Amino acid sequence: MSDFDWGVIARSYSFLAEGMLLSALLVLVATVGGLIVGFGLALMRLSTHRLISVPAAGYVTVMRSLPLVLVLFWFYFLMPLAIGRPVGSLTSALIAFVLFEAAFYCEIIRAGIGSVRKGQSDAGLATGLRRWQVLRLIVMPQAMRAMGPLILNQIVIVFQDTSLVYVVSLHDFLTAASVIASRDGRATEMYSLVAVVYLMICLSITKAAEFYRRRRPS
Amino acid sequence: MIVLDDVHKFYGSQQILRGCSATISLGEVVVVCGPSGSGKSTLIKCINGLVPFERGSITVDGVSVSSPETDLPALRARIGMVFQSFELYPHMTALQNVSLAQVHVLKRSQKEADERSVKILTRVGLGGKLGNRPAELSGGQQQRVSIARALAMNPQAMLFDEPTSALDPEMINEVLEVMQELAVEGMTMIVVTHEMGFAQRVANRVLFMDRGEIVEDTPKDQFFTAPSSERAKQFLNQVLTH
Repeated sequence: MSDFDWGVIARSYSFLAEGMLLSALLVLVATVGGLIVGFGLALMRLSTHRLISVPAAGYVTVMRSLPLVLVLFWFYFLMPLAIGRPVGSLTSALIAFVLFEAAFYCEIIRAGIGSVRKGQSDAGLATGLRRWQVLRLIVMPQAMRAMGPLILNQIVIVFQDTSLVYVVSLHDFLTAASVIASRDGRATEMYSLVAVVYLMICLSITKAAEFYRRRRPS
Repeated sequence: MIVLDDVHKFYGSQQILRGCSATISLGEVVVVCGPSGSGKSTLIKCINGLVPFERGSITVDGVSVSSPETDLPALRARIGMVFQSFELYPHMTALQNVSLAQVHVLKRSQKEADERSVKILTRVGLGGKLGNRPAELSGGQQQRVSIARALAMNPQAMLFDEPTSALDPEMINEVLEVMQELAVEGMTMIVVTHEMGFAQRVANRVLFMDRGEIVEDTPKDQFFTAPSSERAKQFLNQVLTH
């Protein structure tokens, strides 16, 4: 079998790189935005006021039971209707990713905070620290131990999920590769490349998670 | 200085405290004892507002603990608390544990706070353990760090919630000695403990609790020689003869 043409990768390099750039952008925005919104949601869920905790819990449940494709579609078609002007596929995808991932990060952060004994915050409060100081100085640093690997794991999932943006006609890495694959009839080469790249990236994040766990023994 | 008036506490339908009243004056050392489940820990956690209560009132220096207008963190900063399970912050060194609230509550500079922490840790015999994390310290050492953490705030009173119950027997004395010194210096202390020897040596008064009630509130000597209630007699028999 000598009719493999790996040169197709070099020839389509810039197109593929653009796709990878979009994937990276989506992962970055979904992670940073998702963590920020998720942190807010987690604090809401931990509130003792039902008026605050119940809506947050409802949001998380709904988001986690919907397929991401549906959420992507939903923001793509309904956001323009809701705000009265088109928002573009990239913006709508970024918003959809942030709001979708926020639900998952909320649960990770909530579990992390829940893993810290109540006595720890009691001890902080007893010295006169305020709730937000206790959270920042005592609870979160300890929660990170439980959360770190879960967050890295979630980043792997987000990275794999970025391929779904093809439904709103964006070209992420996988979509870019499949475009080349069908244009040049080089499916084997392109999909092998995609598999290797995904494998390498996900493997290195997983390794980072392991390293993290080993460096901070509980 | 600390006045409890008819405090009632419920967990759901279960009543934990049934009308507890007591007055603790400045400089007094009060030992709270009684069988487990009698509400001792709950009672002292009510005093600094860690546990909310449903009825009655508690005032510290005339400030109501349960009033919504009270700045609870400011009030807590004036009352030190020591927990049964130490509750040192595991991600910080002994020094950082003691300095944290000084910096973030009393707004001392880090340098000023650390200097005071070193002084107090040295005083409780841990001047050589400043840089150690809690996991590297014995139970007795951890509890002394936690006493230092409370003292560093210059508290007007100290609450001890079974400070020696989680300790191995050979470490109990090093903690009790530190507490005894404090008492001698005139610190106002409320101590929940089963250490009757400590009560006999150090306490001015003993509160005996059973099933959520303060059954007895008597001067120490009277409590040990002539308790008035049957329940206190039984309790003393059990703890003193084993």
